[in-house]
Amino acid sequence: MDTVVDVCCRDSRRGNIRIGPAMGREADLSRPTFRRNFLKEADNSVFCPPGEIHYNKNTITRIVAAKGQQMDIELTKEDDAFRAEVRRFISEKLPRELAERETVGASGERGALRRWQKDLHEKGWVAVNWPRQYGGTGWTPMQKHIFNEEMAAANAPRLSPFGLSMVGPVIYTFGNEEQKKQHLPGILSGDVWWCQGYSEPGSGSDLASLRTRAVRQGDHYIVNGQKIWTSYAHEADWIFCLVRTDETAKPQEGISFLLIDMKTPGIEVKPIISIDGLHHLNEVFFTDVKVPVTNRIGDENKGWTYAKFLLVNERTGIAGVPESKRKIAHLRKIARQERLGDGTALADDLAFMTKLSEIEVKLTGLEYTNLRIVADEVAGRPAGPSSSTLKIVGTEVQQALSELAVEAAAFYAMPFQREHLMGIANEAPVGPAYAVSVTSAYNFGRAASIYGGSNEIQRNVIAKAVLGL
Amino acid sequence: MEFALSEEQRLLQDSVRRFLEQNSPLDKVRLAAGNTHTVQRSLWAGASELGIPGMLIPEDFGGMGLGFLDAAIVYEMFGRYVAPLPFLGTAVMAPLALMLAGSEAQQEKWLPKIAAGEIIAGVAVTESIGVREDAGVKAGKGTLTGKALFVIDWAEADLYIVADSDHGLHLVLPGAKGLSRRALDTIDKTRSVGELVFDQVSAEPLPRSSADAVARVIDAGRVMLASDTLGAGQMMIEKAVAYAGERKQFGRVIGSFQAVKHLCAEMAAALEPSRSLVWYAAHALDEVPGDARLMACHAKSHLSEVGRFVARTATEVHGGMGFTDLLGLHYWFKRIGFDRQLLGGPELVRLEAAHLQGWAA
Repeated sequence: MDTVVDVCCRDSRRGNIRIGPAMGREADLSRPTFRRNFLKEADNSVFCPPGEIHYNKNTITRIVAAKGQQMDIELTKEDDAFRAEVRRFISEKLPRELAERETVGASGERGALRRWQKDLHEKGWVAVNWPRQYGGTGWTPMQKHIFNEEMAAANAPRLSPFGLSMVGPVIYTFGNEEQKKQHLPGILSGDVWWCQGYSEPGSGSDLASLRTRAVRQGDHYIVNGQKIWTSYAHEADWIFCLVRTDETAKPQEGISFLLIDMKTPGIEVKPIISIDGLHHLNEVFFTDVKVPVTNRIGDENKGWTYAKFLLVNERTGIAGVPESKRKIAHLRKIARQERLGDGTALADDLAFMTKLSEIEVKLTGLEYTNLRIVADEVAGRPAGPSSSTLKIVGTEVQQALSELAVEAAAFYAMPFQREHLMGIANEAPVGPAYAVSVTSAYNFGRAASIYGGSNEIQRNVIAKAVLGL
Repeated sequence: MEFALSEEQRLLQDSVRRFLEQNSPLDKVRLAAGNTHTVQRSLWAGASELGIPGMLIPEDFGGMGLGFLDAAIVYEMFGRYVAPLPFLGTAVMAPLALMLAGSEAQQEKWLPKIAAGEIIAGVAVTESIGVREDAGVKAGKGTLTGKALFVIDWAEADLYIVADSDHGLHLVLPGAKGLSRRALDTIDKTRSVGELVFDQVSAEPLPRSSADAVARVIDAGRVMLASDTLGAGQMMIEKAVAYAGERKQFGRVIGSFQAVKHLCAEMAAALEPSRSLVWYAAHALDEVPGDARLMACHAKSHLSEVGRFVARTATEVHGGMGFTDLLGLHYWFKRIGFDRQLLGGPELVRLEAAHLQGWAA
C-alpha cells in the first residue's frame, strides 16, 4: 500500500460518500475541478457512509467527512495570504530546537519557551481566542483554524494554558478594570506563570464539595486548606483558586474565585512524582494565607459560575486536536522509516495503518466539531456541554495515538531514559530518538481521561445536559 | 475431564503467596526498584528455600522436577506482588536452554548451582525474535561478536545464555575478555535487563542447539510473561475494587456509581477467561507439544491486551491517585507494560501465530 488518501464527496441522492477510481490518488475533492473529474470517472463507484475505511491491496482510503456544497469551507484569497504569513512567521521565529524537542516529546527548555511566547506576543498572535480589545487576535474562525493547523504542523510547542486559555478569559469576562490591567499583560507576555487551584484531596469529581476556606478579615481573606494535582505550581507566580466563603449555603453557592500570589507567606508547595517518574504535579498547602479582597474575581459566593466557564474552555483545549493531528503525521513518518523484523516498513503493515487511519477519522470529526463550536461561539451561541464530548473523544484519540507510538517502537518502548526525556543527555539514546518518550507519554497520558473532569463525569454531563436523562 | 489446579499446585501457590506477602511488601519493592540492577539477595535466598530457582530442574540435578504449569502459577504470584526477583531467566529460560541443548557435563556443572539459588543466569534471545537497528550476535570459532539487547536477568549474572543469529546457544561468563555490559533502565524497575556487546568473546556452545530449542525457550518465556501479567492484573483489579469501596465523592463511595461498578466488572470479565488460557498454554508446554508454540503466542498476545486494559482501567478507577508514585499502583502498570513488550509485542506475536497456522505468507 502506498498512501492513505482522503476522499470526501457527497452524493446528493443518497447522502453517502462516494468513492471510486480516485482511490489511490491524492484526492482533494474540495477543489471543484477535481470534484468534477472525479464524478465523471466515478461510474464504478461504491457508496459508503462517512467514517468508514476502505482498503484494497494498494491503498487505504479514509472517508473523512462530507465536504460538499452544503458547507463552504474553501479558502478565500485572504485566507491563503494569511496562511502564507503564518508560515513565514514560523520559519523566521520558531527555534528549531524547540520544534525538534516537541517532535520527540521532550519538554522544551523554559527560556526558549518564554522567548517563543514573547515573539508571538510582539506579533500580536499570542492570544488566539481573546477579543482584540484585550490583546487578542480578533481573527475569524477560519484564521484561527489555519493558525492552529500551521503551528501544529510546524511542531510549535503549545503555550502554557493556565493563563492564556483558563484564567485570562475569566479575568477579561468577569474581572474588574483594575484586575484586567494588573494581570492580562503578564499573561500575554508570558512573564507571569499561572497554575490552577481547583481539586482537593476530597474534592475531585465532586469539585463543589471543596473545603479550602477563605474567611473575611477586614480588607483580606484568610485562606486555609489544601489543593492537589496542581500542575507546575512549583514554577508558577500566581494561582487561581476556588475557595469556600460560605459554609452554610449549598456547596455551589458558597464558593469564590480568588487570585493568589504564590509568594504570599503561608503557601507551601510539595511535589507529586507521577507515573512517568517526573515532577509536573504538586500539592499546595495554605496556612493563614492573607489575600486582599480586591483579588476576588466577581462577586463573593458566585465563584462556581466563573469556575464552570473556565472548565468549558479547559475541556475544549484538552481535546488537543492540533497536537493529535501533528502526532498522526509524525507516526506516519515513523511508520515509513521503521522496519519490521523481515525488513518491510511498518507503513506496509495493514493492521497498523488501519488503526492509524481509524484514529484519524475520529480526529477529523473532532476537528470539524471544534471549528463548528468556534463558529457558534462567534455567533454568540456558547459551547456548553458539547465540550464534554470534545474532551472524551479528544483524550481517547490522544491515548490511542500514544498506544500506537508504543507499538511502533516495539522493544524500544521499554527503556526509561530520564536524561533524554529531560533534554540533558550527552550520548545517543538507546533505540531511535522518537522512541525515547513514547512510554512516558503513554503512561502520563493515562491522566488525560482523569483531569479536567474524568471521562466518566463527562458522560454524566452528556447524559444529563445533552440527553436530558 | 479435569481442568483445574491440583491440591499440590494450590498449596504451592499459597506458600509462594504467603512468602511474597510477608517478604516483598510494597515498601520493599520500592526500595528494590531504586536498585534495579542489584539482586535482592535475601529475598532470592528465601525463594531458594522454597525451591523456586530449581522448580523446573530435574531432581537428579538438585531441582524439584516440576512442570511449566507449576512455574506459571508461581510466576503469577510474582506478578501479583511485583516481586523484584530474577525468575524468568534464571529459573525458567536458562535451565530450559541447558536441559534442551546442553551437554551432560554442562548440565552437571550449572543446573545444581541454579537449583540451589547460588547463581543468577541471564538470557539473551531478543534478537531471535526481532532484530532492530544494529543488534544481533554472530558466532565465530568459539567466539561471539555483536550486540544483544534486553538481556533478561542481566544484573549480577554469573552466566549468560546467548542465542546467535544461526540458532546456536552459547554459555558466556560475565568476566570474559571482550565482553562489555551495560545496564538498561526500563519502565519496569522490578526486573533487570541490560545490553551485552561482544567483541570476539570466547563462548562455550551448547552442543545440542537448534532452532527448535531456541524457540522452546522463547515459548516458555512468553507463557511465563503472560502468567506474570495475569497475577499483576488480578492484583490491580483487587486494588481498584478496594479503592472504589473507600473513596467517597458526592457523599457516597464511588463504587456505588454504576459507571465505576462497570469499569470493575469489565476488568473481571476480561481477566478471568484468560486465566484458563494461561493454564492451558503452560500445560501444553509439557504435555501437548503440537499446541505448545501456538498457545504460547496466544497467551502472550492475549494477556498483553487484557493486561493493558486492566492496567488502564484500574488506574482510571483510582483517579489521580492511580498515577502517583505515592500510591505505587504504577509498579503494576509498568510491570504489565514491560511484559507486553518483552519477547515480542502482541502485534508481532499474533503475526507469528498466523504463520504457525498457515494464514500468513
